[in-house]
Amino acid sequence: MKKLFARLYLGLILLMLYAPLIFIAVSSFTESRVLGNWTGFSTKLYSNLFSGEMSNSGLMSAVNNTLLIALIAALVSTLLGTLAAIGIFHSRGRRKNVVMFLNNIPMVNPDVITGVSLFLLFVFLGVTQGYVSVVLAHITFCTPYVVLNVLPKLHQMNPKTYEAALDLGATPGQALRKVLIPQLMPGMVTGFILAFTMSLDDFAVTFFTRGTVGLETLSTFIYTDARKGGLTPELRPLMTIIFIVVFALLLIFNIRQERAAKKKALLK
Amino acid sequence: MSEDIIISLDHVSKWFGEKRVLKDVSLNIKRGEFVTILGPSGCGKTTTLRIIAGFETPDEGNISIGGNLMNDVQPHKRPVNTVFQRYALFPHLNVFDNIAFGLKLKGMSRSEIETRVMRVLKMVSMTDYEWRNVDSLSGGQQQRVAIARAIVNQPAVLLLDEPLSALDHKMRKDMQIELKQMHKQLGITFVYVTHDQEEALTLSDTVVVMNNGVIQQIGSPTDIYNEPVNCFVADFIGESNIFNATMIEDRKVSFMGHEFECVDEGFGENVPVDVVVRPEDIYIMPKTDKGQFDGVVASCIFKGVHYEITVNTPDGYELMIQDYNPFEAGMEVSMIIKPNDIQVMRKERICNTFEGEMTDESHVEILGGEFECLPQEGLSAGDKVRVEVDFDKVDLTDDKRDGTCEGDIRFILYKADHYHLHVRAVNREYIYVDTQDVWEDRDIVGINIRPEDMRITRIEEGAQA
Repeated sequence: MKKLFARLYLGLILLMLYAPLIFIAVSSFTESRVLGNWTGFSTKLYSNLFSGEMSNSGLMSAVNNTLLIALIAALVSTLLGTLAAIGIFHSRGRRKNVVMFLNNIPMVNPDVITGVSLFLLFVFLGVTQGYVSVVLAHITFCTPYVVLNVLPKLHQMNPKTYEAALDLGATPGQALRKVLIPQLMPGMVTGFILAFTMSLDDFAVTFFTRGTVGLETLSTFIYTDARKGGLTPELRPLMTIIFIVVFALLLIFNIRQERAAKKKALLK
Repeated sequence: MSEDIIISLDHVSKWFGEKRVLKDVSLNIKRGEFVTILGPSGCGKTTTLRIIAGFETPDEGNISIGGNLMNDVQPHKRPVNTVFQRYALFPHLNVFDNIAFGLKLKGMSRSEIETRVMRVLKMVSMTDYEWRNVDSLSGGQQQRVAIARAIVNQPAVLLLDEPLSALDHKMRKDMQIELKQMHKQLGITFVYVTHDQEEALTLSDTVVVMNNGVIQQIGSPTDIYNEPVNCFVADFIGESNIFNATMIEDRKVSFMGHEFECVDEGFGENVPVDVVVRPEDIYIMPKTDKGQFDGVVASCIFKGVHYEITVNTPDGYELMIQDYNPFEAGMEVSMIIKPNDIQVMRKERICNTFEGEMTDESHVEILGGEFECLPQEGLSAGDKVRVEVDFDKVDLTDDKRDGTCEGDIRFILYKADHYHLHVRAVNREYIYVDTQDVWEDRDIVGINIRPEDMRITRIEEGAQA
């Protein structure tokens, strides 16, 4: 009885969490312009999405912008974050604690505040509002996550392997490329994926830093779209696809971790 | 410099922050030699090795390899290769690529690399393992790969940093033999760092004993064992009985209240010295009037080949003796020590000497604390003074708050009827203490000195320079 109740409770919570997603996914397979009406199964919205029908609405360009910004931001912050993590790992005592503290603040800082303060900074510095400012902003809030994902890998790594590389004739640069980076790669990949998804779903920071040149990412597009009255129906298949991609990424990510843990357990 | 000296450390000092980890270290290593740097943890042996490898630069002094000054030469440009403690293999590369790492950097051809890697794999008996993941190897196998990875580059010098410390006892013995053979086969110089004295004695042509960043003794294993230059070396290498003694005249030394013949000369007359006698060099027999001195057996423990016997003498000395025959506890025995087996060593110091400053006429500041002393005529606050205190006149207290200043115990030497301690005070200066009490290494203690036990003399301004 008790067990049944526990299962029901869990089921209810999962249902509440996933109901909106399931609702969107289901209604992406019908043609109704109004969300919630079922007018029979159809894949028309999907074909609209890919057939170029939407080119005028700006939806596809918003999607392209989002992906491009996320890709650049994730790449750059992975690079910066990895170097920062190496620096933090090798600094000692007070300085290390201070830098770690400074690294953690942007992650707990409300997005609105990050957004507004970056906006003010960019205006003050005269940075072009638009693509450049949004990418810079995204790099700013993504980098700390990369640092946090690379640091544990540095702790797990035998620090002597770097010295071993030098000892065997590698220049510091070669040792970094051939010995350090390969060992940090799992952390860098995780950091990259995290940074990519953080950038993908950001609204507040993008909203404040995109300026007035009309740059739209997916999140700002939906916001404007919703205010015009009613969501463009083609958003439903788009969201479904994004959800599935993210779900798949997470799945791969978890399986990888599981495998690494198992491999480690076997060795011990 | 002589032709066959390959590594030369010339008055090298190294600081880590405030701490001076190497103090004026000078060392010449001959081409083709197997040299072991031996010492307890924190003695500076690994730092010395890292200076040779280029991972540390000396703050003072010079390091040369093959006659070339190497102070500012980066590790990757030095003709040495290192076998690291805990191996430091590259986990993302397989055995072959680990070993080929250095050769690939040199831009060697694929076929040449293959020949060389296969040759060293054979040498370390790891043929057929080349495609294995290094994580899947046992500790001993990883060790072999680490050695192979270093020697494949044909360095002039192979540096080994406690390479066997992670292996179990049996494996360690086997690897020792293999290392020795490898040294012979390769003909290159080995510099080996270890804290295991047995390993050092077994493997080396030359042993360098270090403590507290200072080289204590350099010599062949037999020299180091039979003729230690001071108490530290005697105590660190093998088992030993160490006594406070007086050199009465040449070839005559007195300790434990008895006079013994010895073979040492040139110490002077009635000079305080230290004497070391190895446990296997004391002859023990049931009580007879032919012995030099008598005692009673306190305990007798079987150690496999020999028995380890503890004997107390009537004068309160405790001796450790090794013999092939058992002696029951409580048995009365007589002992003989032959002149050859008595090793006489000059004392490093015969009392504590500190330089300090008077704070008023009856207080002096030494060791980072303010000690009360007898009123000193003609001395006033600010005067620089020299303070002498005998070893047995220092009181240590359990509770550091009961002491005038605090310190921690860094070294303990048992001297047959008392302990000789090295205590490091708060200002990092050492105070040396003789005591009957049992203390433990790294204990934090309070330090007290009675006013009447301090001998204070003024340091003349002119004499200071």
